[in-house]
Amino acid sequence: MTADPGQTPVGTGVGTADLTLDAAAVTADVPAELFAQSLGQYFRASWQRVRGGNAGVLPVLLALVVVAIGFQIANSKFLGAQNLVNLFEQSTIYMLLAIAEIFALLLGEIDLSVGLVMGLSSVVVAELVQPTGANWPWWAAIIAALLASTAFGAIQGTLVSRLKMPSFIVTLGGLLILEGVAIIVLGGSLVGIGNGGFTNEVYLYNIFWGTFSPVVGWILLVVLVGAAGGGLWLQDARKRRRGLETAPRSLVAMKILLIAVAGIAVVAICNVNRAHAGTIEGVPFIIAIVLVVLLASTALLQRTRFGRYVYAIGGNPEAARRAGVRLPVIRTWCFALAGLISGIAGVLFASWQVSLTTNIIKASNSYVLLAVAAAVIGGTSLFGGRGKTIHGVLGGLVIGGIYNGLYLLGVSSQWIDVAVAAVLIAAAVIDVLSRRGAPGKA
Amino acid sequence: MTEVNEAPSGASRSGDGAEPLLRLRGIDKHFGPVQALYGVDLDLPAGQVTGLCGDNGAGKSVLTRCIAGAHQPDHGEMFFEGRPVHIRSTRDASALGIETVYQDLALADNLDIVQNMFLGREALSRGLLDEDSMELKAAETLKGLRVTTVRSIRQPVASLSGGQRQSVAVAKAVMWNSKLVLLDEPTAALGVVQTRQVLDLIKRLRDHGLAVMVISHNLNDVFEVADRIAVLYLGRMVAQAPAADFDRQSVVEYMTTGTASANGKG
Amino acid sequence: MTADHGESPATAAGTGTADLTLDAKVAEADLPPQLVAQSLGEYMRASWLRIRGGNSGVLPVILAIVIVAVVFEIITPEHAYLRPSNLVYIFGLSTVYMILAIAETIVLLLAEVDLSVGAVALIGGAIAFKLVQQPGPNWPWWAAILAALAICGAFGALQGALVALLRIPSFVVTLGGFLLFSGILIIILGGADSTVSLNTDDPNQNFIYDMVQGLISPLFGWIILAVVVGVAGTSQWFRAAARRRRGLVTPPVGVTVIRIALVTIVGAAVVLVCSVNRGTTLKHVTGVPWVIPIVLVVLAAWTITLQRTRFGRYMYAIGGNPESARRAGVSLPKIRIWGFALCSATAALGGILLGSFFYGQYSTNTADPGQLVLYTVAASVIGGVSLFGGRGKAIHGVLGGLLIGGIAYGVSLLSLGSLSTPLTYILPGGVLLIAVLIDVQSRRGAGA
Repeated sequence: MTADPGQTPVGTGVGTADLTLDAAAVTADVPAELFAQSLGQYFRASWQRVRGGNAGVLPVLLALVVVAIGFQIANSKFLGAQNLVNLFEQSTIYMLLAIAEIFALLLGEIDLSVGLVMGLSSVVVAELVQPTGANWPWWAAIIAALLASTAFGAIQGTLVSRLKMPSFIVTLGGLLILEGVAIIVLGGSLVGIGNGGFTNEVYLYNIFWGTFSPVVGWILLVVLVGAAGGGLWLQDARKRRRGLETAPRSLVAMKILLIAVAGIAVVAICNVNRAHAGTIEGVPFIIAIVLVVLLASTALLQRTRFGRYVYAIGGNPEAARRAGVRLPVIRTWCFALAGLISGIAGVLFASWQVSLTTNIIKASNSYVLLAVAAAVIGGTSLFGGRGKTIHGVLGGLVIGGIYNGLYLLGVSSQWIDVAVAAVLIAAAVIDVLSRRGAPGKA
Repeated sequence: MTEVNEAPSGASRSGDGAEPLLRLRGIDKHFGPVQALYGVDLDLPAGQVTGLCGDNGAGKSVLTRCIAGAHQPDHGEMFFEGRPVHIRSTRDASALGIETVYQDLALADNLDIVQNMFLGREALSRGLLDEDSMELKAAETLKGLRVTTVRSIRQPVASLSGGQRQSVAVAKAVMWNSKLVLLDEPTAALGVVQTRQVLDLIKRLRDHGLAVMVISHNLNDVFEVADRIAVLYLGRMVAQAPAADFDRQSVVEYMTTGTASANGKG
Repeated sequence: MTADHGESPATAAGTGTADLTLDAKVAEADLPPQLVAQSLGEYMRASWLRIRGGNSGVLPVILAIVIVAVVFEIITPEHAYLRPSNLVYIFGLSTVYMILAIAETIVLLLAEVDLSVGAVALIGGAIAFKLVQQPGPNWPWWAAILAALAICGAFGALQGALVALLRIPSFVVTLGGFLLFSGILIIILGGADSTVSLNTDDPNQNFIYDMVQGLISPLFGWIILAVVVGVAGTSQWFRAAARRRRGLVTPPVGVTVIRIALVTIVGAAVVLVCSVNRGTTLKHVTGVPWVIPIVLVVLAAWTITLQRTRFGRYMYAIGGNPESARRAGVSLPKIRIWGFALCSATAALGGILLGSFFYGQYSTNTADPGQLVLYTVAASVIGGVSLFGGRGKAIHGVLGGLLIGGIAYGVSLLSLGSLSTPLTYILPGGVLLIAVLIDVQSRRGAGA
């Protein structure tokens, strides 16, 4: 809320001539892909860029490595197939909430209600499928929950964008109101979907706990990698043909290879039989769900006008306004989308927890910190205009890893909270410092 | 969509005798009890650079905003290409071909050059952004304006120097079949080298046949690029003539007193 | 966080246009009436004009208090709301919110926010309670309180440092702090379900217990009131007289008289209500709770600090325009860090009072820190403190705290069954949003 213009960073001040710019600083801030002719040049330029302060996804990848190695040393079961799948499953909630939060963060706003929107959505969906109550079909309950969360997000967005109320207050008040509403819907007691006798509940249960068969998992992987790889390759070829700027071809190849490797690793780990007795194997559905959300939101933000305007508003709302962008509309939609994705997380949450109580709903409040921490760790800036949905996924994985690792070590939950808070602050510090290092940014 | 600006057929280079592109007659504007403009006349011929001078509070910004559609004059008439027009919004102005580059440039630091140039008017292909054709078009425009110091048009704008940012802002303005470009203090925050870049750019705009109006405090810059000079004093247009009819002293006198002594050329 | 400069309010003055474009009426409306009024009548008229211009001061919250009192009086079973025993209970409950709201106001004035006040308050209370335990550390009560304030102040300073030196947005830092402190609270209490309580047989521990539960005898209450009114009244009078003598701008005499009269009336009403016997005929329970003078002391301390010291002046300056404060030589980091530190220390005091209010018991279930924060921010904002910084006073926190306390208690009096718990969430949430809406609108109306 306060800006100290006096504390200008190193670099282009207003009024200094071209000549005073540190040449290294200039090259450091430009994405390395633009100038590199070869893979070697690319890496050298990337390294210089990192040293200039614009680290991109590097911190989060480093964090992942640190978390993996650190916890594996502390507890050799950490990187075991069974635990890893557990980790993936837990992380999906964080990932989704982080993606939801990113829609608000990109605008330079914040949504503190994502945890409770998730909570409300989970309660709604659980109550609606109760055979003794509303007894709705599972898909109808899900749609109802998603509609409710989206609508709520839209209301918050309207308050922020048209009534000019600060977003942290609106979403703070929103989460309070939601907590009350959720308790009302819950009816003061408990609601469960664990009863295997009712097919509706089984469907819902399977959303979180169900898996693809191993064969299907491999087939999906091949299709996915094939499509992604093919798409990237063709895009590169098309750009070359038209004479536009392109990255070195070997880099494109490396990207495709990385996606393939990551995919294979995930599928392989998931296909290991992790049951103590009997068989539980295969890629969980939720991973596919998260993937779909990730792809859709990435396409929305990078490839549509709407997404372009979201970044513009986060970067310079006045410039966007003068260019004819309709700020209230974009802002409201972002909050609505945050609500929608939080709602999806809610459906997963209900399926995961199997039974929901008022305490669990109250606890869902703490998820917002995890969401913000995941987004910021992943590389999204708190100040707006910078970030991608993949950050939410990677950051969610880190948070999930920390939670899982500490839990495995037997750390009590309050200390875990302390740890996560520390991580959030650390991530925020890095965000601020990285902004300072890069020239031209306040 | 749009083409790179060539000199429109029939655009006059000298401006004398031909109908000015934009003609303002008797413009009044007041805010509450305060009158900002009194019966201002202004001619902006195509293919010429008009320098608008005046002290703080003289009404330069208000006049610019009236032309740009951000304010509506209370009285007076405007003629664009000889036809009477009412510019009620910035969209109206854009539709006519009037583009404004404000002092703060209105660029989003986190977007690159192409994205900034197309902000608000992105090209779509099958519903999604057509990045490739936007990139080509942007490159073409920059080349046409001979903006060459930028190493890559995919650079985030935050990494550009002041002069380069100004160039991008101007290029953004002229890309859309514009006929009149208004520049508010384009060199105010720039150093020597960058000022040169921008002044050359302004001359190129004129050579392409656009009408250009430059608000500036810097009389050196004004005398370097302007073909015509117009001076506002406390809301009134006190002098308007070809630049050759002025010297520095007379312009300053007009700005500070509203008249020039007999010694000046005014 | 979003500033759309383009959407400027009524004045329509873009950059570069002269001062002359200010609407003269708006300019006039924004002046404090003291400056222009020559007589009581002029003062009243000027005040009304200022209210209409959007700068309504404490009027909305006082109106709200009146409305809440009337509404709850009507709808509570047996119209019990305004019964003396209930009123005293409201006073007691509100004092916690008052102290917390004053704490939050400090940070809000800097145009920041502290979302950890709830958790910090609870930690402060827990620390103090733990330190007076016997057998145990058995510290004297004043040492325990000071320790709690100091430790929480240190926590606040830490948050303040992150905000002031690294420029991390305050809502992120204090959000993390909130989580951190909630965890630490459980650690201090010794586990998720443990309790620490005060043993009232021990005079040392009883002292803390008495802070809210203890009563001043009615006679003593009147004496204290007389002293307070006397001191406040005479100091106001003499200050005004001194200013008049030196030819400085002063409010009309009538205004000073009215102010003193108001303080007297309110004070007398409080003492009167508290003097009514709210126990049984066998066991009289009368008197002003000690906590009320405690709150008055805190209020006086902070009012003086904010209005009459350099530190306070700098806080308003930073909240209004940090850059100009910086250029004037104010050390922004120092003031900010102190601001956060003092906020947390004051919050700790509120936490101690909270424990005393709940009959000397402290557990993780005593209060929900999240709910506490929301009530606190709501209290501050509806009291009249602006979220955008630079505007607000300690008295606003007090009035807002009273309102929130009144609403919270009023809701609990209504036998709403299963709805009452959710309502304790929904109502403050709604009140908060409405209060902020008014804040935003009033900022725009006054052209700020």
